[in-house]
Amino acid sequence: MKYLTEFRDGEIAQRIATEIRQVTTQPWAIMEVCGGQTHSIMRNGIDQLLPPEIELIHGPGCPVCVTPLEVIDKALAIAATPGVIFCSFGDMLRVPGSDRDLFRVKSEGGDVRVVYSPLDAVSLARQHPNRQVVFFGIGFETTAPANAMAVHVAKREKLRNFSMLVSHVLVPPAIDAIMRSPVNRVQAFLAAGHVCSVMGFWQYPMLASTHQVPIVITGFEPLDVLEGIRRTIAQLERGQHTVENAYARVVTFDGNRPAQELLEQVFTVSDRAWRGIGIIPNSGWRLSEAYRDHDAEYRFDVTGIHTQESALCRSGDVLQGTIKPTSCSAFGAQCTPRTPLGATMVSSEGACAAYFNYGRTVQLQRAGSAR
Amino acid sequence: MCLAVPGRITSIYDEGAMRMAKLDFGGITKNVCLAYLPDAVVGQYAIVHVGFAISLIDEASAQETLHHFRSLGILEEELGEVADEDYAPPPPCPVPSQATSLS
Amino acid sequence: MSTIAEQQPVVTSMEEWSCPLPLRDYPSIVMGHGGGGQLSAELVTHLFRPAFAPGDTSALTDSTVLMLPGQRIACTTDTFVVQPLEFPGGTIGSLAVHGTVNDLAMSGARPLVLTAGFILEEGLPMAQLARIVHDMARAAREAGVRIVCGDTKVVERGHGDGVYINTSGIGVLDDDVHIAPDRATVGDVVLVSGSIGDHGMAIMSQREGLEFETAIISDSAPLNGLVEALRTAVPDVHVLRDPTRGGVATSLNEIAADAGVGIMLEEQALPIRPAVRAACELLGLDPLFVANEGKLLAIVPADAANTALSSLRSHPLGTDAAIIGEVVTDHPGMLVARTGLGARRVITMPIGEQLPRIC
Repeated sequence: MKYLTEFRDGEIAQRIATEIRQVTTQPWAIMEVCGGQTHSIMRNGIDQLLPPEIELIHGPGCPVCVTPLEVIDKALAIAATPGVIFCSFGDMLRVPGSDRDLFRVKSEGGDVRVVYSPLDAVSLARQHPNRQVVFFGIGFETTAPANAMAVHVAKREKLRNFSMLVSHVLVPPAIDAIMRSPVNRVQAFLAAGHVCSVMGFWQYPMLASTHQVPIVITGFEPLDVLEGIRRTIAQLERGQHTVENAYARVVTFDGNRPAQELLEQVFTVSDRAWRGIGIIPNSGWRLSEAYRDHDAEYRFDVTGIHTQESALCRSGDVLQGTIKPTSCSAFGAQCTPRTPLGATMVSSEGACAAYFNYGRTVQLQRAGSAR
Repeated sequence: MCLAVPGRITSIYDEGAMRMAKLDFGGITKNVCLAYLPDAVVGQYAIVHVGFAISLIDEASAQETLHHFRSLGILEEELGEVADEDYAPPPPCPVPSQATSLS
Repeated sequence: MSTIAEQQPVVTSMEEWSCPLPLRDYPSIVMGHGGGGQLSAELVTHLFRPAFAPGDTSALTDSTVLMLPGQRIACTTDTFVVQPLEFPGGTIGSLAVHGTVNDLAMSGARPLVLTAGFILEEGLPMAQLARIVHDMARAAREAGVRIVCGDTKVVERGHGDGVYINTSGIGVLDDDVHIAPDRATVGDVVLVSGSIGDHGMAIMSQREGLEFETAIISDSAPLNGLVEALRTAVPDVHVLRDPTRGGVATSLNEIAADAGVGIMLEEQALPIRPAVRAACELLGLDPLFVANEGKLLAIVPADAANTALSSLRSHPLGTDAAIIGEVVTDHPGMLVARTGLGARRVITMPIGEQLPRIC
């Protein structure tokens, strides 16, 4: 596949890795913000090519992991409402709420449907005018334009039966919050390439200079991730802290203006609770007043929800990089991918799930397999 | 949030008020919403996330990046530098059969 | 059967089949078709029997008596609930035949006969049922098996998905063959008979909201001929498995766990059609977990690997066969893959169904 396959070349990956090794002289902790980057690292074994001095901390860039428990519980309540067609991206189906997940709701009679695009949910609303169709609008800035267009189209076509449960989260405030944490260990960031393809990267120079951290806009294919790491280490070794764009074929400084214009119209910035982390001010988007008629939070009575997070779960500490999953007492015991206590174990790029599988790979290497 | 895949725009059309395009992803084609790339034309590449094209691919930039990658390490090879022994790359995979892409 | 049913013309040739008179009265299935009376009999006489046993006009009995050669009998059962009922490359009918034939073939058995139980939903269009039944009959003919008994029930509208099919299969083991996971031995080589992920992505391409205009066709096929070709060239095949639900990853995990051995997979060696690869990329799916319905995994001794490979490749269903891995002493019970970067990743069993992702 063009513009994909070329950026997976194993031989070139080794060369970039060699360059990284040659410039690394001391330990560094880098956070990759985006869950998609975590996935790529785990899937390709990119971390196995890096020198041991480099620690990759998996950031809270997985909407599955950070969507607040209260929002999940609201989603479950709406999905369980008779007559509702509840549409969601596949990622959210297994996320545990206080006492169940969307799969359970489906098995108990809820009409829960996986869709590829929010526009598919809008189609369903057209096809079923007598039923309430609700779309679970989660994600970072990358997904927001799609969600915005869906609710914009529904409003334009007066699809009264369509509404969206919105819980968007924003990357720059998260980076800011992580850097302000007293127990922060992150020294540099690989910024999320596709978030930046929408938003540009004009928000990052302020963060880089305020917190004195290099921020390198990074893509997702193995060569992109390695190049992002290479540039980051080069900056760290030289004591620099600027914003660099290592994903120039897709990301521009300004980003996608038409998308940003609709985003401003459809969404309003709000405080947002990040599951496990807590409230980060101005770190989320909710539907604006103009789209209130299609806001599922107002359409459905979802008050009176009593959220109950597992007492054992330490997702929040993991998401901020302050502990490794292996330090959690429940890790591998009460909490496994099969029986997850928190979102970081459910998501395939949640740090805990990644460690659970990655850890088995580490065992292989320690056992001295020579291959 | 970040799964976006590159495809080539093969046609552009309108579906009601919505600007749409058919993209070729190298073996499959899918219709996606092109509303966010009003200046895109047939033949260009775009990345697609959940049914929306969100950015064009700057092909010149892509080629430049690949060129840079391909020239890495060449100087060291020419000068006969020895690779660090602790980090010898793993032996080449035993190549048992044909390439993975089937026509 | 009642006398009235016997007086109706019986269609014996499928090429000439058009909805015969008694069935024409009912363009779709009604509850009565499952009642055991005239309507049930008409379905058997005018649809099932001409399709599965053309020309056979012997009396129907409660059970079929078989003379089976040999003493070691293999039997299997499977139930099919696929949606949509008709998809590029097949129908639930042909899938049912192939799935059952393949289960028998994976033990090294020669498939002989199948049973077919149908659960039909009230309102199912008769024309669609006919297409499925004819497709099933064609699949059975091509696989060289007979469908020798059957049953039909009808459930009320809304209580079924159009058609569910249960099949059992009986086959015979012609020799002392023992093909099973416990024969996987360190040093053995793992082969796959062709491209992976075709069936699962063909189905996915039809699902609402996940439509592509695509050339992905299900690989649904009977593998008994392929197995025979392989075993003729390599009598000592250790393990055979058809990687259906859960894909190659699930099958190899099961074998590794059952045998207590490690399996090392070369990702770059996996045959994957460009369209399947592209569809998986778009949806965030890993082809290793996607279902196949016309492929087999074979584990053979290392010195037989090349012979196995050429015998598979010489057969029409195995032209894209490849060596994809080996059985190792390391990481017993686990499936590990070498990635395109030369790094390694553990491939675990999926918890449930693999779903498209955005992240």
